[in-house]
Amino acid sequence: MTIWLVILGVGVVSLLLRASSLVLLRNRRLPPRLAESLGLVPASVLAALIAPDLLVQHGQVNVLSVRLLAGLLAALVAWKTRNVLWTLVVGLGLLFAAQALGWA
Amino acid sequence: MSLSPSFWQGLRAFLPLIPGVLPFSMVAGIAAVQAGFSPVQSIAFSLIGFAGSAQLIASQMVAGGAPLLLIVGSALIVNLRFALYSASMLPFFGGVSTPVRWPLAYLLTDQAYALTMGRPSSATDVVRYYAGAALPMWLTWQVGTVVGALLGTHIPATLPLEFAVPLSFIALVIPALRTRPQVLAAVVSGAVAVAAHALPFRLNLIVGAACGIAAALALQSVRPGQARK
Repeated sequence: MTIWLVILGVGVVSLLLRASSLVLLRNRRLPPRLAESLGLVPASVLAALIAPDLLVQHGQVNVLSVRLLAGLLAALVAWKTRNVLWTLVVGLGLLFAAQALGWA
Repeated sequence: MSLSPSFWQGLRAFLPLIPGVLPFSMVAGIAAVQAGFSPVQSIAFSLIGFAGSAQLIASQMVAGGAPLLLIVGSALIVNLRFALYSASMLPFFGGVSTPVRWPLAYLLTDQAYALTMGRPSSATDVVRYYAGAALPMWLTWQVGTVVGALLGTHIPATLPLEFAVPLSFIALVIPALRTRPQVLAAVVSGAVAVAAHALPFRLNLIVGAACGIAAALALQSVRPGQARK
C-alpha cells in the first residue's frame, strides 16, 4: 500500500513540476533569483547522493575504499566521453575486478 | 499533432543516446524490485513517475524504511530542475493548446530538454522537434525499466550491482557541471552529505544539498561574474 502511495506521490510531484510553467503558470516567469537557485539543484542533489555511496561503508567514513577509486575513474570517463554506458562499464568493471582479487 | 520534418529530426537526434539511457533505466527497474516493489509496481513507477533520479532515490528510501512524506519531499527536491526546464521551454509553446501541453510536459526529461536546446537551426518547428526527441526517450526508459524489473530478482546478491546507481548519477552530474558555483555546490554538498551520513532516512541528502546551494549562492553574491564561467 505504502509503495503505491510513493508511486502516486512521486508521480504527481514530478508532473506538476514539469507542467509548472508550460501549463500551470503560462505567461508568468520565474523570478531570476529563484531560477538561478534552481540551476544549482541538480549538481547539489546528485553530489549528495553520490558521495556517501563512495565514501561510507558499514557506517564508517573510509577514504581508501575501492568504491571511491572506481567512482573517481568513472567520473573521469564521464567527463571525457559523456556516455552513461562507458561510465557504468568502467566503474563496475573496476569494482568486480577488485572483488575477484579479494581486495574489495 | 501531425508529424513533420522537425519531428523526425528530433527523433534521429535522440537515437545515439539509447545506449546510455537503456542501462540507466535497467538499473532503476532493478533497484525498485530489490527495494521490495513488485514487478508491476516497478513498471507503474516508471509509467507514472517517469523520473530516473527520483525513482532511484525513492527506491533506496523505501528500502531504508523512510516515511512517505520524506520520500515524496526528496523527489520534489531532486526534480526541481524540471521546473527550470519547463520555464525555459515556455517561449516555444505559443500556439500549443492546453490538452496537448499536458502530455508534452509529462515527457520532459534531462535528455529531451538538452536535445531541444541544442537543436540545429534547420529544425524550424521547435515543439515538434521536442516531441520527436521526447517520445523515443519515453519508450527507451519504459523498455529498460521493464527488463530491469523482470531481471531484478534473478540477479545474485553477491554482485555489487547497486554500485551502478551512484555510477549512473556520476554520468548525469559530470556533464551538468558547467559553472564554478555549480562545482562548488557539488563539492560542498557531497562533503556535508558524507559528514552527516549518520542522520536517519537519508536526511543527509537534504542537508547536503541545502548547504551546497547556500555556498554557491554566497559565492555568486560575492563575485557575480562567476555565474557565467
